[in-house]
Amino acid sequence: MPLLLTEEQSMLRDSARGLISDKAPVAHLRKLRDGRDAAGFSSELWATFAEMGFCGLLIPEQFGGSGLGCVEAGIVMEEIGRTLMPAPFLASSVLAASALSRAGSDAQKSEHLPKIAAGKLLAALAVDEGAKHRPAQIALQATRSGNGFKLSGAKALVVDGHAAGLLIVAARTAGSSGDRDGLTLFLVDPKARGLTVERTIMVDAHNAARITFDNVEVDADHVLGEVDGGGALLENVLNIGRGAVASEMVGLSEEVFGRTVTYLKDRKQFGKAIGEFQALQHRAAQLYIDIEITRAAVLKALQALDTDIEKAAAAVAVAKARAGTTATRAVQEGVQMHGGMGMTDQFDIGLFMKRARVCEELFGDANFHADQLARAKGY
Amino acid sequence: MSDLDTFRRETRAWLDANCPPEMRKPMTSDEDTFWGGRNAKFASEPQRVWFERMRDKGWTVPHWPKEYGGGGLDGEEAKIVRQEMAAIGARQPLTSFGISMLGPALLKYGTDAQKKEHLPKITAGLIRWCQGYSEPNAGSDLASLQTRAESDGNDYVINGQKIWTSYANFADWIFCLVRTDPSAKKHDGISFILFDMTSKGVSTKPILLISGKSPFCETFFDNVRVPKSHVVGTVNRGWDVAKYLLQHERAMISGMGERGVGRPLGQVAADSVGSDEQGRLDDAMLRGQIASFEVDEAALSAAAERMVDLNKAGQGHPAFSSAMKYYGTELNKRRYEILMSAGGIDALEWESPRSKEGARPRAWLRTKANSIEGGTSEVMLGIVAKRILDLPGA
Repeated sequence: MPLLLTEEQSMLRDSARGLISDKAPVAHLRKLRDGRDAAGFSSELWATFAEMGFCGLLIPEQFGGSGLGCVEAGIVMEEIGRTLMPAPFLASSVLAASALSRAGSDAQKSEHLPKIAAGKLLAALAVDEGAKHRPAQIALQATRSGNGFKLSGAKALVVDGHAAGLLIVAARTAGSSGDRDGLTLFLVDPKARGLTVERTIMVDAHNAARITFDNVEVDADHVLGEVDGGGALLENVLNIGRGAVASEMVGLSEEVFGRTVTYLKDRKQFGKAIGEFQALQHRAAQLYIDIEITRAAVLKALQALDTDIEKAAAAVAVAKARAGTTATRAVQEGVQMHGGMGMTDQFDIGLFMKRARVCEELFGDANFHADQLARAKGY
Repeated sequence: MSDLDTFRRETRAWLDANCPPEMRKPMTSDEDTFWGGRNAKFASEPQRVWFERMRDKGWTVPHWPKEYGGGGLDGEEAKIVRQEMAAIGARQPLTSFGISMLGPALLKYGTDAQKKEHLPKITAGLIRWCQGYSEPNAGSDLASLQTRAESDGNDYVINGQKIWTSYANFADWIFCLVRTDPSAKKHDGISFILFDMTSKGVSTKPILLISGKSPFCETFFDNVRVPKSHVVGTVNRGWDVAKYLLQHERAMISGMGERGVGRPLGQVAADSVGSDEQGRLDDAMLRGQIASFEVDEAALSAAAERMVDLNKAGQGHPAFSSAMKYYGTELNKRRYEILMSAGGIDALEWESPRSKEGARPRAWLRTKANSIEGGTSEVMLGIVAKRILDLPGA
């Protein structure tokens, strides 16, 4: 398979770019941030996303979606990355939709997927607990109780968890923290008794929540997939999310880089454009090369996810690690080359730096994924 | 099953049946591959067998036209052959500057007669070429070259000196940049010409490098007569040919690391460094360096694949091979710094059968030339800044 977008994929990119650059430029994020918007995203724009078919991109056609793949989801994520658009696309349309499509019973799929595809239901995935992404160390406990389970514990960095109408919660039903086995995924109503949601306003003005569970009762029908066997499902869903976030970082990196090169050509000091100085030219060239190489690695991972997800782990680890390192470098060079202007809130560059930091942390940073790769290769 | 799937299946079966096991081991030096040429000798019987089978199939250069001894494969098929060869660790059956550098330039700029004369000898491994580009005072500023070719009837008479001519002492012919119009601006008076290294007046002198080896020579021309018909492309427009060839040279150099071939670097390191109870390399900092290296190596591999696909689709940027050359060579230097660190004192031995006569330290030192030859890293970054990013004054 050529490592290029097909004609259909290019058309999808053009339509996503058209919509997002028109309706959700960086100013859109500023407005939501400065107005302390209660949802943190525009429901009007989300409805348009649904009309364009983006919300159900990964959902099979029989459940109201368009049955496309990770490459297509990555295309939309990349455009989201260019303008820092806050939207529940990652949480609901990528992570939750993938989990439900892959492991849901017919009843679960029929109930939730059409609503997600229509943008009427927002679902979120709750995985992380500690300061760092360590899915094997999930400790939130689910104990059997009557005809179901009781959940107790806490989740953090639940992306768009503050606005979700459905939570997919990874909990431990066997073994102890550190075991890869013994995890189970549950579909949980955020209004359930004993469940508390705290919206966490983060550095990037995007949306997430901390959620606590105090003996939250969940019916056995609401287990997603196999009891104790959720680890493999979770890993696949996380890999899809990692590919998506890596795509967002490619879009973000390229946008920052484009703005920075424009600045190098416009800004004059010592009587000439600062882009004439070789010290900056070489750094710009290195950054360009980094971004192009990362773009290829990310597309490789997305194609691998669509071809055979069970064999995609290494490619995904490479993509997420590379994308994190590249985006970090892009935003740091972006701020430095914009000089004092890069430090002002008025200039957009700082917003990209903030978002890149969050993306790097989401679902494992570069160190986490390099370590995963080393383990897989046996050293 | 699509035609390509069938082709892949047949290719895999053919390679498996025809590639000797000895030719599936990672190379440790330049001598592990066959270079061809009038005086060529095979280093081993499996090397001969592998070369001859691939030659007969047209797969010394799978994507060249069949009329020149190539395989006539399209881009997608040639990619499958590369992938399937990589999958079993098959060595190139023939390594030659004729394939990686001169051939592409001849296919684009050569006359029919030139193509018919030279290309079949390249694919059949009958000729070994060298490259006469750099001069003592024309390194990064290549276009300032001074070797002169003066018109004399149907011939040019060539005088001057080249340097860093790879394997000039083993080469049969040279493709050479010469100044045919000293009065023109420096890029406008250069021609690209081919001649026999046994011509009267040609002499070579190997240069001893820090690796203790002499892969490069000084090459001297003293009144060498060359027929004018040996010019490739237009007289005084040789810079166009030179630049086009450099794109191919840079793509080749960027791929010189043994990406993804053989055992993972971390396991090689574990041989000398050791592992802890959990099987992790017993040097946490080195383990981290290796893992980061492998992330970048896999990413570069994807980028190389993408570059070929982009070029095939007509969407590639002609200067992108400079980007790949920069990254690939810097990465290969990183690989050998890691290998030296992992090898510790064992990697310091210079002369012993145990160390294969210091194979690792010699290879380590050799990689330092990667970011100099074919255009330095700094020149590559300058090209990217100017031609891709369009930065002012670059």
